[in-house]
Amino acid sequence: MNGDEACCEGALAVGCRFFAGYPITPATEIAESMSRRLPKLGGIFIQMEDEIASMAAILGASWGGVKSMTSTSGPGFSLMMENIGLGICTETPCVVCNVQRAGPSTGLPTAVGQGDMMQARWGSHGHYEIIALCPASPQEMFDMTIRAFNLSEYYRLPVIILADEVVGHMNERVIIPREDEIEIINRRKPSVSREDYLPYEADADGIAPMANCGDGYRIHVTGLTHDDRGYPAMNAHAQEQMVTRLVDKIRNNREKIISTKNFYLDDAEIVVVSYGISARSSMQAVRNARNEGIKAGFIKLETIWPFPEELIRSVAPQVKAMMMAEINGGQMVLELERCAHGACPVSLVSNYGGAILHPALIQSAIAKAARGKI
Amino acid sequence: MTTSKPTKNVPPHPMDSLLRTERIPHIWCPGCGIGTVFSAVLAAIKNTGWDPNTIAMVSGIGCTGRMAGYIRLDSFHTTHGRALPFATGLKLARPQTKVIVVSGDGDLFAIGGNHFIHAARRNMDLTVICVNNLNYGMTGGQQAPSTPLGAKTTTSVNGSPEEPFNFSYLASACGATYVARWTAMQVRSLRSSISEALEKRGFSFVEVITPCPSSFGRRNRMGSALEMLKFYQGRSVIRGDIDPKDASMDIDKEIVVGKFVDIERPTFMDHYEKFNRPQMPQWRPLHPDTQKGR
Repeated sequence: MNGDEACCEGALAVGCRFFAGYPITPATEIAESMSRRLPKLGGIFIQMEDEIASMAAILGASWGGVKSMTSTSGPGFSLMMENIGLGICTETPCVVCNVQRAGPSTGLPTAVGQGDMMQARWGSHGHYEIIALCPASPQEMFDMTIRAFNLSEYYRLPVIILADEVVGHMNERVIIPREDEIEIINRRKPSVSREDYLPYEADADGIAPMANCGDGYRIHVTGLTHDDRGYPAMNAHAQEQMVTRLVDKIRNNREKIISTKNFYLDDAEIVVVSYGISARSSMQAVRNARNEGIKAGFIKLETIWPFPEELIRSVAPQVKAMMMAEINGGQMVLELERCAHGACPVSLVSNYGGAILHPALIQSAIAKAARGKI
Repeated sequence: MTTSKPTKNVPPHPMDSLLRTERIPHIWCPGCGIGTVFSAVLAAIKNTGWDPNTIAMVSGIGCTGRMAGYIRLDSFHTTHGRALPFATGLKLARPQTKVIVVSGDGDLFAIGGNHFIHAARRNMDLTVICVNNLNYGMTGGQQAPSTPLGAKTTTSVNGSPEEPFNFSYLASACGATYVARWTAMQVRSLRSSISEALEKRGFSFVEVITPCPSSFGRRNRMGSALEMLKFYQGRSVIRGDIDPKDASMDIDKEIVVGKFVDIERPTFMDHYEKFNRPQMPQWRPLHPDTQKGR
């Protein structure tokens, strides 16, 4: 199956039973698969009037107690930003899959891009933390969609899957495990009575148990700055408390959230960092470089946000150079530079979209860096 | 904004069980019509006799949007214009819950206009109460899609150059199964229309013309809140039998009020089940209890 279909299957396997979306290349196949599959499982598929409505609808469905998701690409992702912010502020579990194409604007609807990395991080207004995953194959589309739901249910926020056109449209074998082999995490429910329930009072791990609509707790949910009762509180103190919690629940748990795959780091002198479809080009390039006797290493980012700061900090002083391979003008390379903190030179291998990075391009950058030219 | 509890010597209000009393006093200006609509909504809810845990309120942004913060139901104060799509998701996820949407004219028909026409077209099973105060109150009185031609607002100081929408006509044209309009002075009729709208299956819509004395009234020299109420009442003509396209909404001539639409039409869910059920022998009910691990 292709990556988009694998995303749909992963969502269904983890219990997603509501999908609201709007057609957009190259994410349409997720909506189409959902429209075929969901009714049979007792779920709801609805095609909304736009992506703004799609995002609002999945938040509503999530508060109705149903795991929900939407999928889109660049232009639609832009439209979703405001309600992604509502999801962050109200701590609403849901999943948004952005199958990236090249931008800006309408850009190249049918061709690959990885230009929404910073938009995923900072696209909605105000300060917050986000979780975003980057699959590099249809199998990872399946696996990471499951993980995205589990993270969203646990940490109570919209989790973003930053796929890309090639991963979405590529056909590969996908192994779907048996039902009992799939880990499913559901949101924590309150254990206290209605009178004692404070909807935004967090447990020790920073996560507040969530009462759904109809559970009898008669919750109030607002995108205004709110106190632990969920009531609007229009002052700097409440703002400080609320945002601190929204930020800390991700920051303090980042070791549990962050996932990377590291290759040949033990003796690596030149380390390539990459994600999504570019990670596959990079892997090939690193292997080729090794065959040519260059001590190349590779870090494949599976979570993009939060960024693996500690890992980069520890690797950078031990290597001659690091480079980010990505299909944009240089977005994640900024994070790499920040975390390397001058301990080694950092460079970028990229194009602006429309085609994947050829392994030869990355390989020659590795070779150049090995000669000390960066 | 204060959130102090009422003092002991305040006698209980008959609607206290439906109010977040710890959030009173509210933010609405003296003379604002929203309070009237709010109590009509509370009375209508009480009148249904339904378990409050099976009713939810969704609102957008604006003065009216704050209703959701004062009602002791599951209540959702969402983003500007997006109450309807949020409510759509909530209703489809929990079909057993009655979902009421309350919002202002700007929220529902300017920024949220597209969502309104599509929710009505789909006949989503929602009750929508629109408080129409002819301007944006929360931000200090700007021109809205309801502002009468020539009326003064902070963004149309020489008079609004735009023709307003007729919301009740729009709602009926988009397929609403129940449409009524009243002024905030006609409380009994308003209450009974909201009750009927709540009982109605499908997309029901009640528009209430309310005074905004702090902004719209002040800039258009309409006098006190009471004078505004009386003015709207004086302009209103009850015409229950009228074609919605003739239900004129013109504060200079005639505000036609009454119940304009009360029809039966299959809802989105009716159609969804009808088209999908025959395809699958083991149809499972569309209910969150089918959720794995729940």
